[in-house]
Amino acid sequence: MTIDPEMAEIVKVFFQESREGLDAMESGLLGLGATADTENINTIFRAAHSIKGGSATFGFAEVAAFTHGVETLLDEMRNGVRPVTSEAVQTLLQACDCLREMIAATEAEQPLDQGRIATLNSDILHILGERPNEAPPPAASAPNHGAGPAAPAAGPAAGAGQSTGWRIVFEPVAELLRLRNEPTRMFAELERLGTFAARADVSRLPALDALDPESCYLSWTLEVSGQIPRPKLDEIFDWVDSHCRLEFTPTGSATAAPAAVQAASCAPAPSAAPAAEAKTAPPADAERSPAAVSAPVQKAAAESGSIRVATEKVDGIINLVGELLITQSMLSGFADGIDPDDLDRLRQGLSQLARNTRELQESVMQIRMLPISFAFNRFPRIVHDLSRKLGKKVELKLSGEGTELDKTVLEKISDPLVHLVRNALDHGLEIPDRRLAAGKQETGTLELAAFHEGGNIIIEVRDDGAGLNKTKILQKARERGLVAADQELTDEQIDNLIFMPGFSTADQISDVSGRGVGMDVVRRNINDLGGHVQISSKEGLGSTIRIRLPLTLAILDGQLVRVGKEIYIISLLAIVETIQVPRERVNKLVGRTEVFRLREEYLPVVKLCDQFGVEPDSRSAEDGLLVVVEADGKRAGVLVDDLLAQQQVVIKSLESNFKSVSGIAGATILGDGTVALIIDVPGLIRSVINSGGAISAHAA
Amino acid sequence: MAKKILAVDDSASMRQMVLFTLQGAGYEVVQACDGVEALELARQSAVDLVLTDVHMPRMDGITLVRELRALLTYKLVPMLILTTESSPEKKMDGKRAGATGWIVKPFNPPQLLATVARVI
Repeated sequence: MTIDPEMAEIVKVFFQESREGLDAMESGLLGLGATADTENINTIFRAAHSIKGGSATFGFAEVAAFTHGVETLLDEMRNGVRPVTSEAVQTLLQACDCLREMIAATEAEQPLDQGRIATLNSDILHILGERPNEAPPPAASAPNHGAGPAAPAAGPAAGAGQSTGWRIVFEPVAELLRLRNEPTRMFAELERLGTFAARADVSRLPALDALDPESCYLSWTLEVSGQIPRPKLDEIFDWVDSHCRLEFTPTGSATAAPAAVQAASCAPAPSAAPAAEAKTAPPADAERSPAAVSAPVQKAAAESGSIRVATEKVDGIINLVGELLITQSMLSGFADGIDPDDLDRLRQGLSQLARNTRELQESVMQIRMLPISFAFNRFPRIVHDLSRKLGKKVELKLSGEGTELDKTVLEKISDPLVHLVRNALDHGLEIPDRRLAAGKQETGTLELAAFHEGGNIIIEVRDDGAGLNKTKILQKARERGLVAADQELTDEQIDNLIFMPGFSTADQISDVSGRGVGMDVVRRNINDLGGHVQISSKEGLGSTIRIRLPLTLAILDGQLVRVGKEIYIISLLAIVETIQVPRERVNKLVGRTEVFRLREEYLPVVKLCDQFGVEPDSRSAEDGLLVVVEADGKRAGVLVDDLLAQQQVVIKSLESNFKSVSGIAGATILGDGTVALIIDVPGLIRSVINSGGAISAHAA
Repeated sequence: MAKKILAVDDSASMRQMVLFTLQGAGYEVVQACDGVEALELARQSAVDLVLTDVHMPRMDGITLVRELRALLTYKLVPMLILTTESSPEKKMDGKRAGATGWIVKPFNPPQLLATVARVI
């Protein structure tokens, strides 16, 4: 079945959809805890149900068999037969994990983890109150043999083949036709089984004026001859047997046949499908649906409002829009030097072009934007599992899940966020006893919030835990030589020491966090995205980690600076301030590095002219301007001759168009067509600090 | 003219499989992902057969069948429910709501076509 390429595509859709279904199940299960909300359980049930149906249809019998148990349990829960206990929820969560692995293994055509499947299956059966070997899941045997209607009796019925034909009395009730069960179609089916004859009984037919055209007044005696097994007949009458009187009599030789036939038809479907089946009465369905209309809005929005576009295509459009921006700024420059009479019209046109371009740019950028909920959605489960493991009580609050950011940024921020959340749970929040002792509520709060602020996105991870132990951090930092013994640091600086490489204050290394790698990696990852991370904490009250990220990696808010004849661009995000430095505040250290004092802090001076080998107006720090930049918690002053405009620039990769150059993050094309290089601030600071050795004293 | 079938399922893979099978056999297929959408589509244009899953968000298949049967234009349209439930109760729910018949999941394409051929 999967050989067909189109079928293979459909199977891929099934895998994708199953993963989405499992995500929905997981978040639903995590939300079950407090209130057993009917619509929520229904959603979870439907997801399991779809996975079961799909896996059976596409021939993944083991997945179908395993899901059957899960579905049965969920069905009992939603019908109120089985209470929603935290053990059951835990088992179902594990079943989700297991199913996820099964689906991944099935997709990769790898063997399944039979041991785990069996263990979980018996856990589920245990909850269902059945012993594992007692009830083999029906779905296991069902796939590929479920021959449509009336399948169950297919096997043992062979004995019925003894007869040479059947006489069938078929007396439908008047309503038969209303369900569009056409006797003639059934007769056509019978005709294909053997020689067929029908005799209609018209005795019930009323007078023409009393005749209701939608009612059935006829009944028939049907004769069909041939070696026809009884189930074949059952199959044909399956849909109508509740709407008619049926009588099957074998005709022809074998006298023993009737008994065999009865035996076969007495072993129908019900016994094969135990408590699994929903006993929902129709009124309950009707009650449920009105509520359902408003409840899953979220899901509907997520599904219907999205399209899948290849990232390359979008990047192509973004690139084109970038070109358009360049053209527009070129035209703007051109307008300064033409006939004054035309100027107004041209200006008007240009401002319109500018507006259109900007709008186009914004809307195109939107295509790449995804809500941060894609990253946040993992956390309920992570927090649930981790807090259980650590024996802590935690309430997770998410806000601003709809805040959008670039897909690439989103993907890259996901892992650092996980690390921060694990850290907050492990080190930040206290165990219930200690919280109570400290006069706090037993349940700790962990908040994840995202919002826009001035063209950036801010993500905050807040906990109301113990906060950072500043004394301990400072002590450790001194032990490791990260801070000089006599150096005084502000509270904020101490807090941010935790982002230094090789720093961990955990007394014991746990498997949750605390290996001393991580926070520095978190900061590096965030810096690589052009972002910035900072922690502030109050002892006993909690910590807040604040991440500032650009909305996109394709466009940058840049400050144009001039060094000699060259123009460079520095990201506005990296700039702290720009100053003119009096001569007396500049000192020359041993070697070639100059430093200057900025409010009790010594910062190295980075001379772009030396870095990039260009001829500047002046080489001394006091003649030019110092742009104070910050990255990785370290600052430096970049010496430039002049500050020019601030503008949005489209980032062009230098690496793909030329080659990677150290100290340069990329390039852009300015309005006059010249290429300007974008300074890689973190790289530049690293290179200066590495060459200047001694200046690490003001770290953090 | 090709017979038009309305296929309703919340699972995209099931929908695609049904679509692929039926289109391959020359039927015209319109799709809906739940009862509400199906009802909307069915009101807009007539179809020759409705094929619906049972468990769906917003409106389930049984309710859909009941709602459709109440419409004059769908009084005589065959409706089949796709179900994994082989229990007589569920089938009876379907019958009571006005379904013509059912197809028990899992089914393969020939089974689906054979069943569809029984009603249109």
